[in-house]
Amino acid sequence: MLSQYAFIGIFAVIAFALPVIGLVLSWLIRPKKSNPAKTTTYECGMETIGDTWVQFKAQYYLYALIFVVFDVEAIFVFPWAVAYNKLGLYALVEMALFIAILLGGLLYAWRKKALEWH
Amino acid sequence: MFLFVVFALIALAAAVGVITSRKPVYSALFLLLNFATLAALYIMVEAQFLAAVQIIVYAGAVIVLFLFVVMLIGGGELDDIGGRNKKFLARLTWPRGIALVLGLGLLVAVGYGLLSGQLMTATNDAAAFGQGSVQAIAAVLYTDYALPFELASILLLVGMIGAVALAQPPKKD
Amino acid sequence: MDYLRNFFVNLARSWTAWIGGFLPDWGVNLVNYLVVGIILVLMPVIATLTLTWMERKVIGRIQNRIGPNRVGPWGIFQAFADAVKMLIKEDIVPSGADKPVFNLAPILIAGAAALLWAVVPFGRGMIGQNLNIGALYVVAVGSITTIAVIMAGWSSNNKFALLGAFRVVAQLLSYEIPMVLSIATVVLVTGTMRMGDIVERQVAPFIVVLPVAFITYLLAAAAETGRAPFDLLEADSEIVAGYFVEYSGLKFGWFYIAEYGNLFAIAAITTTLFLGGWRGPFVSVAPALGPFYFVIKSVAVIFVLMWIRGTWPRFRIDQMLAFAWKVLVPASLANLLWSAIVLQIGRQPEQLGPTIVQMILLLVGNVAILAVTGLLLGRAARRYAAQHGWAGA
Repeated sequence: MLSQYAFIGIFAVIAFALPVIGLVLSWLIRPKKSNPAKTTTYECGMETIGDTWVQFKAQYYLYALIFVVFDVEAIFVFPWAVAYNKLGLYALVEMALFIAILLGGLLYAWRKKALEWH
Repeated sequence: MFLFVVFALIALAAAVGVITSRKPVYSALFLLLNFATLAALYIMVEAQFLAAVQIIVYAGAVIVLFLFVVMLIGGGELDDIGGRNKKFLARLTWPRGIALVLGLGLLVAVGYGLLSGQLMTATNDAAAFGQGSVQAIAAVLYTDYALPFELASILLLVGMIGAVALAQPPKKD
Repeated sequence: MDYLRNFFVNLARSWTAWIGGFLPDWGVNLVNYLVVGIILVLMPVIATLTLTWMERKVIGRIQNRIGPNRVGPWGIFQAFADAVKMLIKEDIVPSGADKPVFNLAPILIAGAAALLWAVVPFGRGMIGQNLNIGALYVVAVGSITTIAVIMAGWSSNNKFALLGAFRVVAQLLSYEIPMVLSIATVVLVTGTMRMGDIVERQVAPFIVVLPVAFITYLLAAAAETGRAPFDLLEADSEIVAGYFVEYSGLKFGWFYIAEYGNLFAIAAITTTLFLGGWRGPFVSVAPALGPFYFVIKSVAVIFVLMWIRGTWPRFRIDQMLAFAWKVLVPASLANLLWSAIVLQIGRQPEQLGPTIVQMILLLVGNVAILAVTGLLLGRAARRYAAQHGWAGA
């Protein structure tokens, strides 16, 4: 069991090492002639105005919050799905209730027009 | 054992990085590293399901949320509210004071639990953990702990309603 | 198990026997892990070198052009020329960028794209590792991509990049839910999260058993990889290239490789979950055919995705998010519950995969869900058209 994950560990090391090796290789052979004009922020030729990190719509944040809720829900589904055959009818009722409650939340967000773009 | 020490040290270093970084984004990224090493530690105790959950929920959702907030509010360096060169007591504002007390309380509680043996976990239960602990978790979560499981959905529902209420745009009548 | 007509596994076995002659057991394991690891890590690179050419040819033909035809016969070496260009191009880091994060983002995204391949079953017994949490592993690795994208967008100190990153968060997060739910449906029906076992238990390809899950997964996956019509995160006409606008040289290259690596990986996982993976005629006689079926099916999925890209205009962000939350999520939840109900019928405790009756019932429910979704969508479209005064819609 653990040896499977030893492979994943080694694989992860290789996976993250490959881009690093590539970048080092390209660092060795590429030209390095920087100047201030080259390193300016790209904005279709315009000089950039003001700070980049300006206030953004808070609504993006709402999607992230709803996502977290449903992500946790989806996580609860997986062990249930794997063991479903052994759990039986009881598990079906349980999960139906669980999903119904969360669907209520989704409906609430829907009715409150939180899913629309303001 | 050797791997455990390595991961534990990385986790500790990352945790220190979280609280010492001046940029909130760095803090969030150190936290990500911390979560990743925690996932590795979960795998080492044969709790692969928890490791995946750790990555999906914490790294994939919570850290994203953190980074998101940081991006929303700017993401530059934090100004120390009390000023960097003031005395320790002067910088101890009330939120920090509460955080300090709560943190120490948690530490004491966990320490007591470990020392008195109340926090001992099931060890070497190969049968339970053989399936990456998924079957083991499912076997108890959806039978013995069905009520907490349903309550969790209520909790999630409350969180969702709160989020919707918070993100409501100001009313234009 | 019978591996007799199994060329690839036999090759691996004789290789293992050969190096086992002069290496201890742990050394054999290590060498094998390294070899398999390096082969799998190169998958995104191979995908980029082949799929960029294929994509440019396909899109070219759809748009009544020829596509690349200068470098090599039919332009097949175009991608190699591009790769060399990226490798020797000057790397520019914008002056206001946050350097450590800026440099880390391409490494993270390319690494994550490679990590997916660890659980993809190319054939019977031809899988990096048949992890007990394989399906969740796919989801977990996919979530790393989101973070890398945010890192790139934030650290570039560029408004386009930041705007791109915001769109990504909204889009990737919204479409991750239907994607995870459709994977969960497959896990429920097969009763396992092992990617290898999911293929083994897929007596009939799930595209005909669970079409709702298949369509949901394919659309969500197209959105996850940021492909048209869901390419808002890099919409060239709106925010130039989105989150990686400031990247150049090989750092840009890694984003590119990650994109095509993910495209191939998505197609491979679609094949595994819904198209029966390496299953096909005569595969039980000669398992060595499996990888070929697998690649052919994957390329077919990729072709469909390219076709979609060449055909549809880009969605607006509000339409896109609404589609995820109001259509895909309810449909996939309904599908999940229906599958759970059907699996109760004639349930056997030690059952591996659905029975014929269950599969037929699943299909009936899926068709019903599709019909209801279509009806509701049509009604919503007509209402929208009426509100906006469009005639004839």
